[in-house]
Amino acid sequence: MKPEGSSIRTPLARVRGLGAAHSGTGHFWRQRLTAVANVPLVIGFVVIVASLLGRNHAAVVQVLGSPFVAIVLLLFIISVTTHMRIGMQVIIEDYVHDDIPKLVCLLANTFFTVAVALTAIYAILKLSFGV
Amino acid sequence: MPRPRPLSPHLQIYRPTLTMTMSIVHRITGMGLYFGTLLVTWWLLAASSSPNAYASVEGFFGSFFGRLVLFGYTWALIHHMLGGIRHLIWDTGHGFGPHEREWLARATLVGSVGLTILLWAIGLLVVGGSR
Repeated sequence: MKPEGSSIRTPLARVRGLGAAHSGTGHFWRQRLTAVANVPLVIGFVVIVASLLGRNHAAVVQVLGSPFVAIVLLLFIISVTTHMRIGMQVIIEDYVHDDIPKLVCLLANTFFTVAVALTAIYAILKLSFGV
Repeated sequence: MPRPRPLSPHLQIYRPTLTMTMSIVHRITGMGLYFGTLLVTWWLLAASSSPNAYASVEGFFGSFFGRLVLFGYTWALIHHMLGGIRHLIWDTGHGFGPHEREWLARATLVGSVGLTILLWAIGLLVVGGSR
């Protein structure tokens, strides 16, 4: 970083819209947004799982495919996978400093979280529509 | 000629404190949950596939190792959620005082362990009752 005084640009002008992630505060805000959403959604998920303990497959399919349960699960999956993608990106940016390994890790992070999200969403929709 | 930037002391220089340990545990539980979503996805996909696929998932979750993993997942989920609420309180600018942050750290830990044991006690009673 350049020492103070070598540029006439203010510190705010230099970091606005940039920062280490080159994208301002978007991730910071989205991580809080999904954190707040996760609290009721995780509680909902735990209640759904608890209510299915010891039930047979047919009963589980019926409950998971019912509209309210399916919608709570869809919201849970979307919010959680968004949250965990940003969280893992922070960890990668903290510990992986070389460009190529960092790029590979960030790509793998996106691939993994999108694959997990889409697989779970596919399963929930399949349970709902019964195909 | 700019002077070299001062280095801040690294993690291993400090005597470990509870709040510091909790910060690291928040990150570790987050990483655990990241891969733990594979279990959720596997469970949903199996339920949507066939009774046989669901039976194999149930077989794993019912085994000693499976239950150990699920117990760890439950604790990580609740601990990370309570830790996240702690972070949201900090985001409002509150809870930074020496007594407050110690109290919040202890409450998070006691709460996560207590709630995990409570949930599993209820769960084992439910499963025990229906079989």
